[in-house]
Amino acid sequence: METLFLIASIAGQRVALPAYHVESVVEMESVTPVPLVVPHIAGLFALRSRVLTVIDSLAALGLGRTPIGGLMQAVIVGCDGHPYALLVESVEDVVRAPRPQPPCAVLSPEWARAARGMIEHEGEPLLLIDPAALVAGPPAIAA
Amino acid sequence: MDDLLGEFIAETRETLDALAGEVVAWEAAPEDRARLDAIFRFVHTVKGSCGFLDLPRLERLSHAAEDALADVRADRRKPDAALVSAVLAVIDRIGELTDAIETGESLSDGEDAMLIAALAPGAGDARAVTLAASSPSAGPRAVSRSIRLPVELLDRMMAGVSDMVLARNELARSLRDGEGGDGGLGIEAAFERLSQCIGEMRDAISRTRMARIDTLFSALPRLVRDLSADLGKLVCLEVEGGDVELDREMIEMIRDPLTHIVRNAIDHGIESPEERKRAGKPPVGRLRISARQAGNQILIDAIDDGRGIDGDRLVQKAIDAGLVGADQAASMSWSRKLDLIFTAGLSTAREVSAISGRGVGMDVVRANVERIGGLVDVDSRPGAGLRLTLRVPLTLTIIPALTISLAETYFAIPRSAIEEIVRRGGRAVRIDRMGGGLVASIRGERLPLVDLGAVLAGEPGRADERAILVVLKAGGGERYVLGVDAVHDHEELVVKPAAPGVMAAGIYAGATLPDNSRPMLLLDVSGIADAAGVAAGEEAADAPAEVDAAEEELLPALLFRDLDCVERAIGLALVERIEDVPAAAASRSAGRMRLAHDGRILPLFGCGAPLPPDCIRILRMNDGTTQLAYAIDSVIDIVSIGSAQGMAAEPGPIAGVALVEGRPVELLDPYWLFAEGVAQAVSRETGPLCLIVDASDPWTRQVLGPLVSAAGYRVAFQGDEGGAEADVVIATGSAPPPLGLAVPVVRIRSEVQGRGEDDDSIYRYDRTGLLDALRYRIEARRASGRRY
Repeated sequence: METLFLIASIAGQRVALPAYHVESVVEMESVTPVPLVVPHIAGLFALRSRVLTVIDSLAALGLGRTPIGGLMQAVIVGCDGHPYALLVESVEDVVRAPRPQPPCAVLSPEWARAARGMIEHEGEPLLLIDPAALVAGPPAIAA
Repeated sequence: MDDLLGEFIAETRETLDALAGEVVAWEAAPEDRARLDAIFRFVHTVKGSCGFLDLPRLERLSHAAEDALADVRADRRKPDAALVSAVLAVIDRIGELTDAIETGESLSDGEDAMLIAALAPGAGDARAVTLAASSPSAGPRAVSRSIRLPVELLDRMMAGVSDMVLARNELARSLRDGEGGDGGLGIEAAFERLSQCIGEMRDAISRTRMARIDTLFSALPRLVRDLSADLGKLVCLEVEGGDVELDREMIEMIRDPLTHIVRNAIDHGIESPEERKRAGKPPVGRLRISARQAGNQILIDAIDDGRGIDGDRLVQKAIDAGLVGADQAASMSWSRKLDLIFTAGLSTAREVSAISGRGVGMDVVRANVERIGGLVDVDSRPGAGLRLTLRVPLTLTIIPALTISLAETYFAIPRSAIEEIVRRGGRAVRIDRMGGGLVASIRGERLPLVDLGAVLAGEPGRADERAILVVLKAGGGERYVLGVDAVHDHEELVVKPAAPGVMAAGIYAGATLPDNSRPMLLLDVSGIADAAGVAAGEEAADAPAEVDAAEEELLPALLFRDLDCVERAIGLALVERIEDVPAAAASRSAGRMRLAHDGRILPLFGCGAPLPPDCIRILRMNDGTTQLAYAIDSVIDIVSIGSAQGMAAEPGPIAGVALVEGRPVELLDPYWLFAEGVAQAVSRETGPLCLIVDASDPWTRQVLGPLVSAAGYRVAFQGDEGGAEADVVIATGSAPPPLGLAVPVVRIRSEVQGRGEDDDSIYRYDRTGLLDALRYRIEARRASGRRY
């Protein structure tokens, strides 16, 4: 059975997101910062009179931080009843692909937490990322 | 589910809620036929519907109850406690069965026969049966998510939607035309209209969410009856203010806290009859539950005349439990001591009872109320009684808030938490450094100063550099001062919960989208207190002052210099904000001062001195429904005053005189101002119609008409349309009254002296006499029912 996936790029890698969770793809200009929250919450953004929480995907994976400013691509997903905007570097296409397979590479721990398998698109393997894992962010560092 | 069945369940449940109270009242006054009839009607209706819907069990139960009640109605039987208990048990059972029908569960029918048997004359107390029968259903009842609305409201909403569509079309047309050229004005007008429609719609929709608090109170008589019977106490319940309206969700949210408070009052507060006699009190304890609206809040008071809470014993328990240090306890104020009842794990009850000792303490009550943005206040006089006040906001979703900013970031603070805003550098404000922290002294009162920047960024405080200090009162009673960079605007914000990751920060209460459509966070005042380490105990410093204050109730008041350079004061609670408006916005029209402001016209009051030529400073006041403005020269200070001492001789803008720092200061009378403001607002549409004969005389048109109109009447002149519906007629001199009009006539004359004994006409410049006569005749006519 084939399902739809959105291909985007995060941290210089092409990845797939399940299109079922994706509401839309937008360009954001101004993000209101939120002080005193976990680092992967980049701020708030208003879209059609809704307040979205912006997730810095890079920080959520624990791979650094995305500089905030200028036009930014974001994928809008809903998670537990709250809308989120996941920052991505670029969005390519929506593709149809067969059911995901377990990834055949040994993933680094950062990616392993967010990965839910692997899909194949035009002969290239793409890691399937779970938006909920990005929303949850990196595991809390024990104090 | 079958529509008919759904209808039956909804209706039965609605009646059930109201009925429990009726049955209890009937027990207290068995001769009250009206109540008996209401109960009889209910069981009769249920019986009828059950036969129709084929629900044999319900039918059997209601039939048995109907028979018993019919006997009472026919005076064949006297109602006694056993019968009332049995009827209550049957009504409870009907409720359970109704719930079971809705959820599709099955209830064993073993007890039905016992319930029916208990109805028979001479049967034992049905209490045992009741308890046995109702205990399994103690779990949370699924709250029905449907509501009933008055058709009238639904019509209003539909009309509102039609208006909105029309306004939208108008806007669309203006936009289209606007592209061609002239643009501007038309679009703005159309947009105004659309905004107005949306505003009306919002009102109507929020009305659908409102319900009378009666739905909450109606369960109380039954609760009180059962509890006091179980505990062997005599309690008289007084319920007041059941017609106050509150958001439906909110009613559900305060149901448990209120029930708990009532349980506590009866179990721990009110003493047994013997104990009360020993204490010199009447054997019957009183419990008073009342609700009232104050601005944007609903206040629910629960007052009992029981033994109250002994603050000192509470402190002792807290010390024993290791929650408070002994030296800390010694410096606690009375109200701090009382607040200890909200501490988890503390209870003054000597023994745990089955009624309220269920592990749900006052800490849970407070947590529940605070979760919906409310507050719980407690006041106790040991031996004399306890008063608990729940303050809850009117609605959950729209809250009045103030926007503040720190550097470039904007935040909102709920208005209810703000006590006052002061500017650093004023005479009354002093900031000191103390042990790495900051203390703000505002008019001699010392409060911890928290820098919002430090809380947000975790840097050392720079609060002594912030321009604005906001005095806040958190839900837990902590008071502190928050340093921010600027205060911007007052807005009604639609607040939604923010994402869990944002809420986890602990200092935000939700996210909102203000007019500028940049998302903004609502600050959680208690959370900031926690984050900054402001402990509730720090209030101990000003404890002595509080003890003094308890002797006379002091109210915060705004002291200002009026336009005639006299210092006057007004209660702070009513002042919504202080604003500067251009003088051009104020105008004298139709005999009154009015102010065009924010797209509406407000009644403008002043002391009578001329308004300044360019810019007027006004106090915006709001009593929840009416808004008005009062022109002043400048704000001096916020002071605490006692009640007005010298009362004014006659009603007017001044209520009396109060002492401020030893000087007498006139107090404005908000009651009079709002009464006048309302009179102005309604007179145009709803005032009685006054027909003035002899329209050709310029005096009547230009002098008399405006006078009558200013007094709140609608004015028509002879020959005008609608004159035939006049409530009263004014005729000058000997002009004949209009034919065919059966209304009272007031005659005015131009001579000072009347012509004789039977001359009831009024001198035309006798304003008071004229207005009195108009009012008197209209009232007389209403009283006599149009007999003229």
